[in-house]
Amino acid sequence: MTADPRARRFEQLVMPHLDSAYNLARWLTRNDADAQDVVQEACMRAFKYFDGFDGQYATAWLLKIVRNTCYSWLKENRPAEEMLALDDDLNEIDRDQAAMAINASGLGRSPEELVGIRRDTERLNRAIEMLPPPYREILILREMDDLSYREIAEIVGVPIGTVMSRLARARGQLQAALRNSAVGSVAS
Amino acid sequence: MRCEDFETIRDLYLDCELDHTTVAQIDAHLLLCATCRIAHEQARALQNELRSDARRYRAPPLLHERIRGAIAPRPRAFANLRHLASGWNPIAIAASLMLTITLSSGITADYLAVAKDNRVVDDVIASHIRSLMADHLIDVASSDRHTVKPWFSGKIDMSPPAVDLAASGFALVGGRLDYVDERPCAALVYRHDKHVINVLMWAHDAGNGTTTESYSRQGYNLIHVAADALDYWIVSDLHQGELNEFVSRLLMAARDSDGAG
Repeated sequence: MTADPRARRFEQLVMPHLDSAYNLARWLTRNDADAQDVVQEACMRAFKYFDGFDGQYATAWLLKIVRNTCYSWLKENRPAEEMLALDDDLNEIDRDQAAMAINASGLGRSPEELVGIRRDTERLNRAIEMLPPPYREILILREMDDLSYREIAEIVGVPIGTVMSRLARARGQLQAALRNSAVGSVAS
Repeated sequence: MRCEDFETIRDLYLDCELDHTTVAQIDAHLLLCATCRIAHEQARALQNELRSDARRYRAPPLLHERIRGAIAPRPRAFANLRHLASGWNPIAIAASLMLTITLSSGITADYLAVAKDNRVVDDVIASHIRSLMADHLIDVASSDRHTVKPWFSGKIDMSPPAVDLAASGFALVGGRLDYVDERPCAALVYRHDKHVINVLMWAHDAGNGTTTESYSRQGYNLIHVAADALDYWIVSDLHQGELNEFVSRLLMAARDSDGAG
């Protein structure tokens, strides 16, 4: 399509991962227009630094840039959400309580709204959206992109141990949130 | 293996991050311990649910085009086109005519106008490519013609027929102002699958009746229609057949909407 060999190589190596990039950005920004802007900006950055890319693990390479662009964007546009407290050193946490705290932190959805959602997949999607971004991203990279702990650690820029603890928290909170909302819909 | 040991590596077991020996030890433990087995099965059920049911978003086609437009902004074929027109290379012209004829069956093409219209064609393609870059595509983003059409009033001396063709698979995305052939013009943007279609138009300054020309340059197809006191330039990477279909639907709907007031 294009005669520029650099652009052609970018097209071959990077563009096939655009769905993954958009999926991650869409889940982190929770909004289509913002996700598109973030991905476009990330791709421009990727293209700029493309000469330094060794051609290996293009998914992880692109997702790392997308992820960092997302966080800059969150910091600027949704500082409250980005700052949602995480304590990776805490070993035991009451997962139900944490999930309820997230429900109550009002990320745009009321418990009534949650109760109204009867379809399981909608409930699931909503529960993922309500995880704090650092948990959400790891869950998405693991379950939707099927990446290994090592790859996720590289993308997020944390030790593998942190990936493991965040993944465990994410799953625990998700279980708890699904259980809570299931109880909610039965009760209504 | 004790339950506490399993508890600490339950996720690693689920995520296939363990070596064979440990996996075998866990398998053995799960056969004996119902509590751990249930905990693992619940975790696996959630994983399965996430993998099969959670929403996976796909990059919109427009995003692909925006990024492609931004990383390869100026196709070199522009230069080739100018060279072709100025050099009067008979073989190249014959080849170009053959291509145009092949691609434009069903359309009355005015071949002699090709050279004369080259500047407009360049402008139209440049406008299309610019529109695929970030934030240039649309000034008014709406699929509602009652929003798009009034947006132009006061901005330009014509009223573009912003008709929605979503029912035929050509969705109205929005509109913008542009500048082509040394004059401001209205641009309507449509989308068909992964393809963006730009319709540029301005008041037609000579003659009545309908003329249609088609061009194919640098992977883009263009159709020029002069009809109903308007000059339309339609450009897309859609193939000629589909673009022809789009144009006939557009003109038909434009006439209908005119008639309806």
